Parts: sequence; structure tokens; C-alpha cells
Amino acid sequence: MPELLIRNGHVFDPLNGIEGEKADIFVRNGKIVEKVSRKARVLNASGMTVMPGGVDIHSHIAGSKANCARMMRPEDHSKDPESKTKCTRCGVGHTIPSVFTTGYRYARMGYTTVFEPATPPIKTRHTHEELNDIPIIDKGCFPLFGNNWFVMEYVKQGRIEELAAYVAWMLEATKGYAIKIVNPGGIEAWRWGRNVRRLDDLVPNFDVTPREIVRALCQVNSLLNLPHAVHVHPNGLAEPGNYQTTIDTMECARDIPMKEHPVMHVTHVQFTGRKGWSWPDVRSGAPEIADYVNTHDHVSIDPGQLIFTNVTWMTADGPAMFALFKLTKTKWFNADVESETGAGVVAATYKKSNYVNAIQWGIGLELALLVKDPWRIFLTTDHPNGGPFTAYPRVISWLVSKEARQKVIDKINKTAKRRLDLGGIDREYSLHEIATVTRSATAKSLGLRSKGHLGVGADADIAIYNIEPTKVDPAKDYKSVRKAFARATFTIKDGRIVVKKGEVVQDVQGRTFWTRPRVSEGTMNLVTKELESKFDDYYTVRMANYPIEERYLVASEPMTTSTEV
Amino acid sequence: MANLIVTPIHEFKIPVTAECISPDFVAGKSLREIELAEVWEGNRRVKLGSLFKIQGETGRIPNDCTIRIMGNVSSVRRIGYRMTEGSIQIDGDAGMYLGERMRGGSIAVAGSAGSWIGTEMRGGQIEVKRNAGDSVGGSVRGGTKGMRGGVMMIHGDCGTEAGAWMRGGAIRIKGNCDLYAGIHMRNGTIVVERNCAGRVGAHATNGRIIVLGNMGGVLPSFQFEEIRANAKAGDEKIPGPFYVFSGDVNEEGEGRLFARVPDNLDLKWNERFLER
Repeated sequence: MPELLIRNGHVFDPLNGIEGEKADIFVRNGKIVEKVSRKARVLNASGMTVMPGGVDIHSHIAGSKANCARMMRPEDHSKDPESKTKCTRCGVGHTIPSVFTTGYRYARMGYTTVFEPATPPIKTRHTHEELNDIPIIDKGCFPLFGNNWFVMEYVKQGRIEELAAYVAWMLEATKGYAIKIVNPGGIEAWRWGRNVRRLDDLVPNFDVTPREIVRALCQVNSLLNLPHAVHVHPNGLAEPGNYQTTIDTMECARDIPMKEHPVMHVTHVQFTGRKGWSWPDVRSGAPEIADYVNTHDHVSIDPGQLIFTNVTWMTADGPAMFALFKLTKTKWFNADVESETGAGVVAATYKKSNYVNAIQWGIGLELALLVKDPWRIFLTTDHPNGGPFTAYPRVISWLVSKEARQKVIDKINKTAKRRLDLGGIDREYSLHEIATVTRSATAKSLGLRSKGHLGVGADADIAIYNIEPTKVDPAKDYKSVRKAFARATFTIKDGRIVVKKGEVVQDVQGRTFWTRPRVSEGTMNLVTKELESKFDDYYTVRMANYPIEERYLVASEPMTTSTEV
Repeated sequence: MANLIVTPIHEFKIPVTAECISPDFVAGKSLREIELAEVWEGNRRVKLGSLFKIQGETGRIPNDCTIRIMGNVSSVRRIGYRMTEGSIQIDGDAGMYLGERMRGGSIAVAGSAGSWIGTEMRGGQIEVKRNAGDSVGGSVRGGTKGMRGGVMMIHGDCGTEAGAWMRGGAIRIKGNCDLYAGIHMRNGTIVVERNCAGRVGAHATNGRIIVLGNMGGVLPSFQFEEIRANAKAGDEKIPGPFYVFSGDVNEEGEGRLFARVPDNLDLKWNERFLER
């Protein structure tokens, strides 16, 4: 692998405290090093912004539900075709791009690591097949635990250690990265045509509450020393007045001891941060949630920013998707995944003229602007629920410029405009903060030590954007910022130049991250013996056939953690 | 009026996608520029001039342009894509997606046309002298937005799903119509002068479908309303009498089906609901 020298760029590296200073970066063997030889290839980055490669914490890019959405929405394909080039394949899709196109589009924006946030454990084999095929970017996936029968039984019996061993077994079996909870208990209730709306409602047939599930899994997370926090999608998604449930969910894990990262990551809060009693009087619950996050350091959030465009809603939250389908009357897909979870997919369009959509748009931005600590709020659109990931540059332009926001505020629904506080918020992100929320903070939250910074020893995932930070004022010149973030001048993945002037020039294989918690043999043997008989009772497959072999992953990157179990 | 004459050089063996054959594109361009326009032939980008001989002249604005296509273009897709003004005359058969998303102007086809003609159209006219394929005035596959305005006249027969997801405008079919005429219809008018194969108006929530021949039965999700002497299609009054049905009840729809009485004696049993 040739050496690389990136000369004279304005480097933004929030983890190492470098804020736009001119510096050279040296790359050898896919890592950042202190010095390179004279033969190194020189990239002149003078007058440009150099950042670590982007890290996306929450983007539904692969798995069976993404594939269902692709099948369900042929009209989405004709909208955004991409022809093949010398080194890329052709592809289609605006909200749900084809597998290969997903990788190219992320790389073009300077992103190099993306995590698929919800995969039903038994269908993770499919997820890995797609992840293997997504080119360039590094990836990983979070298996769903919130409605798993085994989990709920362990929670009911109060056997946290055994639960921890089960989660450890499951993460290794599915090659998953972290614990994801979607509507804890609600999807189980959906099997009986019901939902669980509040944190203390009982889950039918299991006699546990969402509170107990969330707390138990948070404890497991800290017992297992998992690299990422518990990734939570709270109860009552998309219902008016659900902000209180979101705050309750955050509050219920407050006393769980925190280690290196927050205990809980609450995701796409835009969908769960609504005040009001009915659709006509939905208001923004962002100030309350931001207030909570500002005063408590055990949680991090991401807004799941809404974009006014055509979208596909996809989540494991079956009941919420059914409720939304009843509203939109478009197309709906529903699935029930054995004893594990469910899924729903709905096609939708966000309109500026729609009151609720306009409020949702405001909630996302208010959250991003009101949460003071950029290390605990990340930029996402919850692709493809809030908008496609290709809209990140647009979101960045709203964050850096009040003028850009105001332009949209002037066009949205008049009632929503009156009821949102967004127009009165003056905060504008600096490029340093943008680098934090899009790469450093996410990498830190995911526990990826070699990502999200440009210090010596880090992976050489680097994005170079055509922005001259000393001359460009992002607040005024937001259009050029948006353009620059949409098409990175260079994207470097593991020391190789993959994107040049916004075009993919090299197709490389990205790695798949997963965690392997080391649980003591005694506990593990006990639990696996128990599981074996339960598998025979509950599952359509034998336990021995369930785990995904490591060789199934084209480029496997396990992270071993030592545990207290 | 400036006539631009476009003649296929040879018979097309693979499909050609030629969005550039539209008055809006050719207006104000020289013949040379038009020849250099890029089109897809299968999976290859080629120049329009390598497939068609281009003669005549172009007007300065689209409204002055008439494009005459001399010959069979049944495998050329997307002719008249997004056109707003002017006219296109096709002497032979036309291909799929003729007049997709068109907003104005007129297209006349002397032969038959393919499927999905007038997809998502918003205005203008399409006239087909012979038969048309499936989903005329419909939506793209999976889409929920069909024709919204304009007039379509088909002198021959047409295939299934005529006027799928239609939201406005008018379709008049002088011949027969296959299954599912007016499926998912939201608004607008469809007139079928001869017979339908059945399942007319499935999933419709509004709009009216007038069948002058046999309707092929009515779906159970439609409710019999009355017998009416005339049916209105735009400004035109079509003499009846007609059986009138409303539905689709499953969707709480208010669409109307009109089936002319003499040709629909199989629906006579509905008359017993009148006595009450």
C-alpha cells in the first residue's frame, strides 16, 4: 500500500482538540503515522478542510426490511438511477438505494463507517450478506433484544447474569455490535393486536414492563462492557404526547453506573419528542428533552432529522407502522419474526404544508440546537425514516446557518411556524462542531477507538472537503458548505483514495465490526444448556444451526470485551 | 409552424429511450444539435442522429414545433416526455411511456401505442388511432399518482388497468377495455364505448367510469344506487339509461360506475333494490 501525505489542510479533529489548524497528515499501511518516507504520494489539501471519515450511528441500510421496502417501492427506483462507471456498479433508489449504491453514496459524502441499527437476530444472516456487499464503508449491525421472549423471561425471573450471558451468546452468534431495543414489549403486544404505550404498562403474557426490560438490558450492557450504549427506540413512537415517555425512558436508567460512555442512546427523538394530545395540537417537546439531556450525562440522543421529501418508514415497531399506515393510506408491509421481534414498512411523503410534518422538522432541529454538548447529539436522518442519508449536507447547512433555516421556516405551514421556537434560536454550529456530531462523537459513542480522529494509530479514514475555513463563513455561505459536504474532494479509506472530486475511483471492501463479550465458561455452559431446550420449544431452527459462522463475514473485525459475568 | 421530420434509420431491435423527442427539447436548436442529443439504446448511450434521420426545421419556441415521426417507433420509449407545448405526430406505432408527465400540447398516433402512455400526465391531448397497451393514463409501477389532467382518446381497444390511480382528466376508449379499468381511481372520468372485461373501478375512491357496452359484472364492493336516464362526462351528456353504482365501499369511496342498461342485462337483478 503506497504511503500518503496530506499537506497543508485545515484539520478538524475534535477528539484531539485540533480546530482548523494547518497540519500535515501522514498515512502508511492504512493507519495514520508520525512520518512517511520521501516516496509518499502527496495530496495537496491547502485551502481545504480535512476531517476524519464520517461515522453514521443510525442508518437502516441493510437487512430484510430494507429489502422488503425495495420490493414494495418500485416507483422509488425509477426516480434516482445511477449508471455504472469503470469501477462502480449501476444502481437505483432514492430512499432505499441498492446495496452497492448505498456504499458509493456514503463514500461520496466522505462517510466511511455506517451502522445498521435494527436487525432481527434470526435474519441477521441476511443483513450480513448485504453488509458484505456494501462497498467501501465499514459497517456493523445492532440486533434487536427489546421483545425477545428469552430476554423477557430472564427479566421476569430477575436473572440478570444469565440474561447477560444470553446477550453475549446472541451478539457472538449473530455477529452483532450492540444492544438495540425497539418499543420494548410493544411488538410482543402487537402480536395480540395491542401496543404498550407507557413505560409501566404490562406486556401481555409476560408480566414484565418496558421499564424492567430497558433497565435490565442497560445493566447487561454495563456488565458486558459493550463498546456502545444501549440503543433505544422508546415506546409510543409517532404518537402525540410521547415526549414524556421518552423522558421517562431516559430517567429509568439514571442510577445505572456509567463507564466510558453514556448508559443509553435514545435514537430518532424527533419521532418521540411530541407534546400535545391529538394530531391538530401536536407541539414540539424538544425544549423539555433537550433540558433533560443537558442536565443528565447518562444519555445521548440523535434527532433523526426530517427532510421534506419522499421517504420510506421502516422500523421493527410494527404497531407504530400500522398506526401511521392508517393515517397515510399508502402502502404497508408488516412482519412478525418468530419469538424475537416484528417489522413494518410504510411509504410516505413529508410536505412543508403539512402541520405535523412541519412540527416534526422543527423538533429535530430544535433538539440539535438546544442540546449544548455536541458530544451527546449526533447527526442522523434515521435514513430512510426522516429522509435519505444523502440529505446530510442539507441538514448540515441548517445547523451552520440561521439564514438557511429561516428560508425553510418561511415556507412551512403557518400554524407550525407560529408554534415552533426554532426561529428564535440563534445558535449556529461551527465546522468544528459539525465534525464532532458527524464523526468524532459518533465514533466515541460507538467505542471505535481507531475511528473518528486523526491521531497517530487511527485508521486512515479521511474526508477532505473543498471548504476554506478561514475565508468561508458557513453561516452566510451555507450553499457552498452544503455543496462541499455533498461531494467530498477526496475520501480516503484505510489509506486508499476511494473518492476524487465527488466520484468513486476505487472500490474497496469495508470491514464488519462485531463484539465478542468474554463470559466465564461456567455461566455460559449453564445458559447454553437452558437455551438448547428453549430453542427446541420456541424456534423453527435448532440452536446449533442458529449462529452465523465468522467466515460468513468477508472482512470480520471482532472486538473482544472482558466482562464481569 | 415548423415541421421537424424524424425518420428511423433502421428497425430497432432493442428498446430505445428517447426523452429528447419532444418539442420542448428541439425548440430553438439546430438540426445538428438535435442529432447530437444523447439517448439510451439498451444499456448504451448513443447519439440520436445515429438512430434517426432528422430533417426539416424547428421553431424558436416549443409551441411552433411539430415533430413528425415517419415510421414505426414501437420500441422507442418516452417520446414527448414532459412536453408542455407543440405537437408530435407519429405515422406508425408508438412505444411505451408515450407522453409521460406531459403538461400540454398534443400527441397523435396513427397506429397503436404501447403501455403506460400518458403516465402521470397533467395536461394536453393524446390520440391513438388504433389500440393501446396496459395502464394508459396510469402511474408508474408502484406509484400512487396517475393522470391528473388532459384528455386521452383511444380509438381501438386498450389493455388492463386503464386509468390506474387516475386523479383527473378524461380518458375515452372507443373500443373494448381489459380488466381493472379505473383501478385505484381517485378522480376524473373514463368512458368505455364498448365492453369491459370486468372488475371495473376496484379500490376507487372517487371519479366516474361510464361503460356503454357490457361492464363484465360489478364488484361486490359496489352498491347499487339508481337507474339514471343520462350520464355526464364533462360537458357531454351521454344518453342511457344507466345502472348507477357507487363505491368502492371497502375504501369508503364515492366513485360512480355507469353501466348502460340494454347491454348489461346480467345486472338486472339489482333492480329489485329499487322497489323498496
